[in-house]
Amino acid sequence: MKRHLLSAADLSYDDAILVLDTAEELAQVSERTIKKLPTLRGRTVVNLFFEDSTRTRTSFELAAKRLSADVITFSAKGSSVSKGETLKDTALTLEAMGSDAVVVRHSWSGAPANLARWIRGSVVNAGDGTHEHPTQALLDAYTMRRRLGRLEGLRVTIVGDILHSRVARSNVLLLSTLGADVTLVAPPTLLPVGVGSWPAQVSYDLDAVLPKSDVVMMLRVQRERMGPAGEQAAAYFPSAREYSRRYGLDVRRVATLADEAIVMHPGPMVRGMEIAPEVADGVRSTIVEQVANGVSVRMAVLYLLLGGSDSAIGSPS
Amino acid sequence: MTAAPPPSPVPARARLARPVSGDPAAARPVLSSADVARVIDRMAHELLEKTRGGDEVVLLGIPTRGTTLARRLAARVHAFAGLTVPSGSLDITLYRDDLRLKSPRALESTDVPAGGVDGALVVLVDDVLFSGRSVRAALDALADLGRPRAVQLAVLVDRGHRELPIRADYVGKNIPTSLQETVHVLLAEDDGRDAVLLGPADAVREDRARP
Repeated sequence: MKRHLLSAADLSYDDAILVLDTAEELAQVSERTIKKLPTLRGRTVVNLFFEDSTRTRTSFELAAKRLSADVITFSAKGSSVSKGETLKDTALTLEAMGSDAVVVRHSWSGAPANLARWIRGSVVNAGDGTHEHPTQALLDAYTMRRRLGRLEGLRVTIVGDILHSRVARSNVLLLSTLGADVTLVAPPTLLPVGVGSWPAQVSYDLDAVLPKSDVVMMLRVQRERMGPAGEQAAAYFPSAREYSRRYGLDVRRVATLADEAIVMHPGPMVRGMEIAPEVADGVRSTIVEQVANGVSVRMAVLYLLLGGSDSAIGSPS
Repeated sequence: MTAAPPPSPVPARARLARPVSGDPAAARPVLSSADVARVIDRMAHELLEKTRGGDEVVLLGIPTRGTTLARRLAARVHAFAGLTVPSGSLDITLYRDDLRLKSPRALESTDVPAGGVDGALVVLVDDVLFSGRSVRAALDALADLGRPRAVQLAVLVDRGHRELPIRADYVGKNIPTSLQETVHVLLAEDDGRDAVLLGPADAVREDRARP
């Protein structure tokens, strides 16, 4: 039976560990001269990107290619979508061409879930609106485990625009499955309604939380989701400078972290806004590592979804 | 579309593990613990003889028991000739020809000794040689790691029924079998004791599907 990866909540503890362990083995492939495995030979993976993306799109493309799948990458600009075709028609067209999996990014929350109902192949959510981005959460967990050796009991602090962040939502779900303790830090205006029911603590005081953190994950303020051209940003926080002063990670704040603590950012980052350049380039930063790990984790997801007669992980149709 | 299956109580790792088919309890011993030790000693001597002293040899075991055997062979070679032969493991899961017939399996570890395989005399090590499909997959996996000077094959048991033109250079024991039988190799590191068992097989089909 074909399965999908739509939400980080689709993964049980065992599924998530299986992905991380598989990624650990697949990471070796990236260090070899011949960075290729025959595993998905003859399978077709379609990357369907309705929203701008650099790292996720290239990461999925590279992951599928390293496993020998045929890859077609679509972006909404320059496709029939700009002529008015609906998501469903686009999906059925791709299905008719014989795709085995669709990796989709869309500005609508829930678009991948709809897609999963319309097509026979596996659907992988590569970010839907402000909803979820499960492979980002997996690569973040993978990076934490590699750097710190464990996930159970790890104190993870996620700071910034939680309201618009699919990365935060997926991370909270996955990390709670894996036994980490998550604290969300943001101005009250940038926290979603109902955050109290999430499996995470909430704080408004970054300085109080930092010394008790093993991982600090900084998020970008998503101005593009704050009205046209970000003009409503003023409704969320007074000014970029004020935001940066209260919720930005600078050198002074990093000095209060525990010795082993790491600094993460899913990218793209705005240097000087949520993170100081010295911090982004510092020894604690895993930002570049996260990108490299993304390829291994996505290879693991594609292998576990498509590599056999049925899928080893994910949610059923 | 399709209805969800009932949640499996078995942990993912176990669910994906390569099944050990048949019931070892119903099987009869073909090699005892002492026999296994003697056979490995002999294979180590043969290896030294055939490779003219074991120069440039790299032992690569196919997980799980092939890796254990490779380590043991390296230890015996060291004991007999004072020579340190690098040993490692080579996972073949992603190169198997039956990947599409089953659920994706958990990967075993690939651990190539620091010197790599370029120019080396690689000896692949496995517990049982049967259809030859595992070895075919191992040869493909090896080709992606580099270019050995030559490749040889060492197996503890050759049970026949080849489906590919593959033969072993070092054989611990030839055991003529019928397709209905199963061969279990037990090693102390993995199974708590050393033995080779020949069983009437209830799960032969499963075993047969293994490359």
